[in-house]
Amino acid sequence: MRPRRLKAIAVKEMLQIWRDPRSLLIALLMPFMQMILLGYGVSLDVKHLPICVFDREGSQTSLALVKRFQASQYFEIVGSFDNYRDVTRALDRGNCRMAIVIPPDMSERLSDSGSSTVQALVDATDDNTANIAIGYAQAVVAAFSSDLQIQSLGMAGNPPQTAQPVTVESRVWFNEDLESRNFIIPGVVALVMALVGAQLTSLTIAREWERGTMELLVSTPVTPMELMLGKLAPYFAIGLLDAVFCLGFAVFWFQVPFRGTLLTLFFGTSLFLVVVLGIGYLISTMIRSQVGAAQIGLLVTLLPTTLLSGYAFPIDQMPLAVQAVTYLVFARYYVTILKAVFLKGSGILDLWAPSLAMVAYAAIVAFLAARAFRKRLD
Amino acid sequence: MSGPLPDAGAPIVADGLVKRFGAFTAVDHVSFRIDRGEIVGFIGPNGAGKSTTIRMLCGLLRPSEGRALVAGIDVAQDPEGVRQHIGYMSQKFSLYGDLSVAENLRFFGGIYRVPRAELAGRTRYAVDMAGLSGREDALVVTLAGGWKQRLALGCAILHRPPILFLDEPTSGVDPESRRRFWDLIAALAADGVTVLVSTHYMDEAEYCNRIALIDRGRLIALARPGELKRRKLGGDLLLLECEPVGAAIIALEKAPGVHDAAVFGNSIHILVGDGAAARSDIPSFLSTRGVTVTRLEPIEPTLEDIFVQMVSGGHGTEDVGA
Repeated sequence: MRPRRLKAIAVKEMLQIWRDPRSLLIALLMPFMQMILLGYGVSLDVKHLPICVFDREGSQTSLALVKRFQASQYFEIVGSFDNYRDVTRALDRGNCRMAIVIPPDMSERLSDSGSSTVQALVDATDDNTANIAIGYAQAVVAAFSSDLQIQSLGMAGNPPQTAQPVTVESRVWFNEDLESRNFIIPGVVALVMALVGAQLTSLTIAREWERGTMELLVSTPVTPMELMLGKLAPYFAIGLLDAVFCLGFAVFWFQVPFRGTLLTLFFGTSLFLVVVLGIGYLISTMIRSQVGAAQIGLLVTLLPTTLLSGYAFPIDQMPLAVQAVTYLVFARYYVTILKAVFLKGSGILDLWAPSLAMVAYAAIVAFLAARAFRKRLD
Repeated sequence: MSGPLPDAGAPIVADGLVKRFGAFTAVDHVSFRIDRGEIVGFIGPNGAGKSTTIRMLCGLLRPSEGRALVAGIDVAQDPEGVRQHIGYMSQKFSLYGDLSVAENLRFFGGIYRVPRAELAGRTRYAVDMAGLSGREDALVVTLAGGWKQRLALGCAILHRPPILFLDEPTSGVDPESRRRFWDLIAALAADGVTVLVSTHYMDEAEYCNRIALIDRGRLIALARPGELKRRKLGGDLLLLECEPVGAAIIALEKAPGVHDAAVFGNSIHILVGDGAAARSDIPSFLSTRGVTVTRLEPIEPTLEDIFVQMVSGGHGTEDVGA
C-alpha cells in the first residue's frame, strides 16, 4: 500500500465527481429531495381525520357530544347529514373516514336507563388508521359520558366524585409528544444515506470500464486495495457531509429531539458509511455498465431498507422468519443506532450490539470488495 | 512450459503464446524476441490478434498456453512485477477526458510514484513533447486526436519505462500527426527504449526496425522491412491499370501464368511466373473479355504485396531471419 498512489486516486476521483453533474446531483441534491419527500411523506400519525356526523336527535346532549368531536385535534367534521344514504355515500367516496351516528332517542334512554349507544361507521381500508380512529372515538365518548355521570350525580345531590376508581397514569418516554415523525425521521436519515452512498460508489468502477480508462489503469502498478481506498476516500467525505446535512435537517427542520452525543453519532455514521460505500463499490466491481450498477445499487439498498430496516415498520411486529432476514439488512443496525442516539441519548456502550454487527458487516464487505476487483481484462 | 528460455536476456520474449476465447483462438503459438532499443511493428488486419498479444505481454490477459518474459519477468506468474517496467498505450484512448492535461500527468506521476523532485521536469517534457505548452489546463476531452495520442504517449513514458507497448497508437490520427508520433518513438528507441507497436497502416512499417506480419492469430513473418521486400514472392509483380477493374480481377483468376491478383486502390497488382511473357499475353487476354488495359508494367513489391501474398498463399509460420 503506497500513500502516494492512494492520494493520486483520491484526488483524481474528487476532480471527476466535481466535474460530473450526475455525481454532484446524487451527492448534493438527492439527499435534500429525499429528506423532504420522505420526511413529509411518511407519517403514521392520525390527526384531523375527516369524519361526518348524522345527529338523529338534535338535542342539547347530542349537540354537546358533536362539539366534543369538533374540539378534538384528532378529528375534523367535514359533513353533517340527515339520512343514512348520504352517510354511506360520503364513506364510499372517501370524503370521510368515519361517521358518527347519534340515535334519535339518546337523551330519552340516558334518563330512563342511564345508558345509550352511539354508532361509529369506520372505513377500515387502512386498518391501522381505523384502529387508531376507533380508539380516539372511544376516548372522546368516554370522557363525555364520565362528565355526564358527574353531572347527573351532582344533580341528584350526591357529592361530585371527580376521580375514576382506577386509572392508568402513563408517562411517555423518549417520544413524549407521541409524534410518529420523531420515530420515523432518524430512520429516514438512514434510508437517505443508504441510497445516496450506494448510488455514489456503484458508478465509480463501472465508469472506468465504460470510458475505457480501466484498461490503462490495470496496466499500472496500482494495487486493488489502493484503488478501493483511494476511490472510497472522497465518497466517505461526501457521505459525512451528506450525513451532517440530513441529521441537521432532522434536528433543525423537523425538530426531532436530539439527546445523544455527536461522537456517538459520528461513530455510528462512519461505520454505516463504510458498509454502504463498500457495498456500492462491490456492486461496481461486478457490473461493468453504469446503468446496470446503479439499478442493482438501488435494488440492494432501497427495498431492504424501506421494508426491513425497521425505519417505519417495527421489526418486532414482523413474522419470525422475516425478522430473521432483517439481520442481513445492514440498514437496520444504523436505524437502531440513530433512533437510540436521537430519542434515548444512548452512548456507544449502550449500542455495542448494533455497532459490532456493523463492524462485522464492514469487514466482510471490504474483504469481498478488495478481492472482487482483479487487475485483468479476462 | 518450464525452464529458462534461451533468450531470457532480451526485454521481450514470447514463446509459444496462445490465447483462446472459448472455441476461438485469437493468438496461435506466437514466438519472438525483441532486443533492447528495437522498434518492432505488429502489422496485420483488425482482429488478427495484435492487441491480444500485446495485452498478454502487459499482463492484462492470461496466456492460455506458452510463456512470455517482459523485462525478464514471467508475465503470467508475476503480472504486477512487470508493470513498473512498462508503459502502455491501449487501442482505445484511455486518459481521463474530464481531467486537464496537467491533472492527467499528475495522476500518472502519482500512480507510478515518479520522484517528486523530477515530476515537474518530466511533466514539462511530456507537455512539450505533446505540443501542448500553454494548454496544460485544457480538459483532455477538448483536444484533437493527434494531441490526445501524444499526451497518452507522454503519460505512458512519464515513469521512464524501458519497455513500451503501443497498441495502434496512430489509428484515427491525421498523417502529419502520425509522422510526428513516429519521430517521437524513434527518439525514444534511440535512448534505448524497447518499443512494440501495432498498426494496421502498412506504410508505418517503414519506421520499424523489424516488422511482424500477423494474420488470424499467427505470426507469418518477422523480419526487417527490406528483407521482407526482397523475399522472393515466387514470381514477378506487375502493375495493371485498366477499365473496368472489377471485370479484370475476375478474368485474371483464370488467366494463364497468373498466380495471384489483388486490387490496390484503383489499380491491380498481378503476381505472375514470368513477367515478360505475361506483359505480352495479358493485354490481349483481357481485351477479349471487354477490359481496356491502359498501363501494365513491372513494379517493386511493397510490404502490402508481401502481406497479401503471404496471407493468400496460406504459408505456415515462417521465421525470416530474426
